Amino acid sequence: MRKQFVTAVLVFVVIAVGYTLYRHRSTATHSPAAQHVVAPDFTLSQLSGQQLRLSDYRGKVVLLDFWATWCEPCRKETPFFIDLQNRYRDKDLQIIGVSMDDGPEPVRDFYKQFNMNYPVVMGSAKIGEEYGGVLGLPIAFLLDRQGRIYARHMGATDVSVLEKEIRTLLQSN
Amino acid sequence: MTHHKHPQILLALASSILLMSAAWSLQASQIASSHLINPGELLKLLQSSKSEKPLLIQVGSHVLYAQAHIPGSEYIGPASDAGGLQRLRTRVDSLPRNKFIVIYCGCCPWNHCPNLKPADDALHAMGFTNVKTLYIADNFGTDWVDKGYPVAKGE
Repeated sequence: MRKQFVTAVLVFVVIAVGYTLYRHRSTATHSPAAQHVVAPDFTLSQLSGQQLRLSDYRGKVVLLDFWATWCEPCRKETPFFIDLQNRYRDKDLQIIGVSMDDGPEPVRDFYKQFNMNYPVVMGSAKIGEEYGGVLGLPIAFLLDRQGRIYARHMGATDVSVLEKEIRTLLQSN
Repeated sequence: MTHHKHPQILLALASSILLMSAAWSLQASQIASSHLINPGELLKLLQSSKSEKPLLIQVGSHVLYAQAHIPGSEYIGPASDAGGLQRLRTRVDSLPRNKFIVIYCGCCPWNHCPNLKPADDALHAMGFTNVKTLYIADNFGTDWVDKGYPVAKGE
């Protein structure tokens, strides 16, 4: 009887974990290298008030992360991005957060609370539309050294997949 | 005696189940299924000349609303914060309690949306009896815009 109970619980756990992974999956899209389009350039205000221009980061691999403080999957992946930035900063990875919050106050608090180590700019509907519509969060764009969109990750990112892509791009010129 | 053979395993399994249950019980997933309406159902209703048209309220972020929203829907703001919730209460306060209201967000996957449950709770607490929450599985882009359903932009 006890054995049957344990088996039943194990089956439940396996199904539950599988369902959770399915529901939280990230959809990544890649296009052939020849079709990579240059990411729309922008100049937006950072939390510090300084302007950030995306094209100033040409030559680096850029992870452009559209996120918001109220978005739970975004909050969960922030520590991973901080870790990635720490480990690959010297190898020319630059993460840029584009906050889709309605105002900067909660973003400032979040930035301090999480000790974020990469710049965050305040996004807008216009920038969302230029990137094909940011109508759900998070969305991460991985840009190569020429500023072209290498991958688009919709939903919570599988960090191991993302890191593999980053390594690939960092090794290319 | 065999009942106590693997207490650690049982404890670990029980803990896992509890943790997962806690995660699943969060946010929009807590809304009763009887309160939900699917995008396809809502579309039919909006396109029907016979059906009563609901008051459509978006309770998510303005940046998302400005990019795309259901035509005719009103922006109230994130119901996960006190200001948004108060604006929602103020907006509907004078309405008859049987008014058909549909709230929606679509900021994040259903289980992670922080705005719908507080909005649904608030409206029911005010006595509204005909409130539906639009079930958006992944996000407004995937589950509404990409399906070719009608969309409006702007403020």
